[in-house]
Amino acid sequence: MASRDDIKFLSNPKIGGRKKKYCRFKRYGIKHIDYKDPDFLLTFVNEQGKILPRRITGNSLKYQRKISTAIKRARHLAMLPYLTDLLK
Amino acid sequence: MRNYETTFIVDPVLSTEDIKSTAQTYVDKLRKEGCEIVFVDEMGLRTLAYDINKRSNGIYYSIEHTSANGAFIRDFELALRRDERILRFLTIALDKYGVQYNADKRAGKIGKAKRQKQEKAAKTEASAHGISRKKADSPSLSGVPSGDAESFKEEE
Repeated sequence: MASRDDIKFLSNPKIGGRKKKYCRFKRYGIKHIDYKDPDFLLTFVNEQGKILPRRITGNSLKYQRKISTAIKRARHLAMLPYLTDLLK
Repeated sequence: MRNYETTFIVDPVLSTEDIKSTAQTYVDKLRKEGCEIVFVDEMGLRTLAYDINKRSNGIYYSIEHTSANGAFIRDFELALRRDERILRFLTIALDKYGVQYNADKRAGKIGKAKRQKQEKAAKTEASAHGISRKKADSPSLSGVPSGDAESFKEEE
């Protein structure tokens, strides 16, 4: 019979040990997102050039909106591609 | 008074003087409209992420300027649109944070400033909770004497 203590070791210890996501703009007080800085914006797109969801980046809604406008502006100015493969 | 920023891409096939004169045309045009030019940023030749008008490179210019109202935009953008030497353009209104950002960038603070801010945030937190975030993440536990924590800060 497995007691309560044994069950603890049967489950994957990595579960629950994950770091909590946070909004880097809020934490570090970044107020403005520059659309002319494609290297920075690259951290918020996947390798097809699609904007990553908040679920993954952990941005707050306010800054996710700013990120998405900045990415769209950068795309218009051909600093980021609209669609591609193997961006990273 | 409002702050604006216009970025445009000039055709790289033109000669160097032509490129400069093209950019100068629009700076003068803005001045004529009563705008005050804050800064003209020559971002130089960059590779485009995708081809525009069969060009794979472009010379980027960014003009930060102020204007009493948005009346200039109509004529200004029309001129840009009609100009064959311009591949793309974008005019945006800057908020106060954008103005601050551009000023900091010109002063060379961006990048460095961000790091300093992070350090400051970590330090304030350290004084508040007794341990910094970095410390919390590091394997050494919170039971370290305070003298050690100070030396850690100096290392930073």
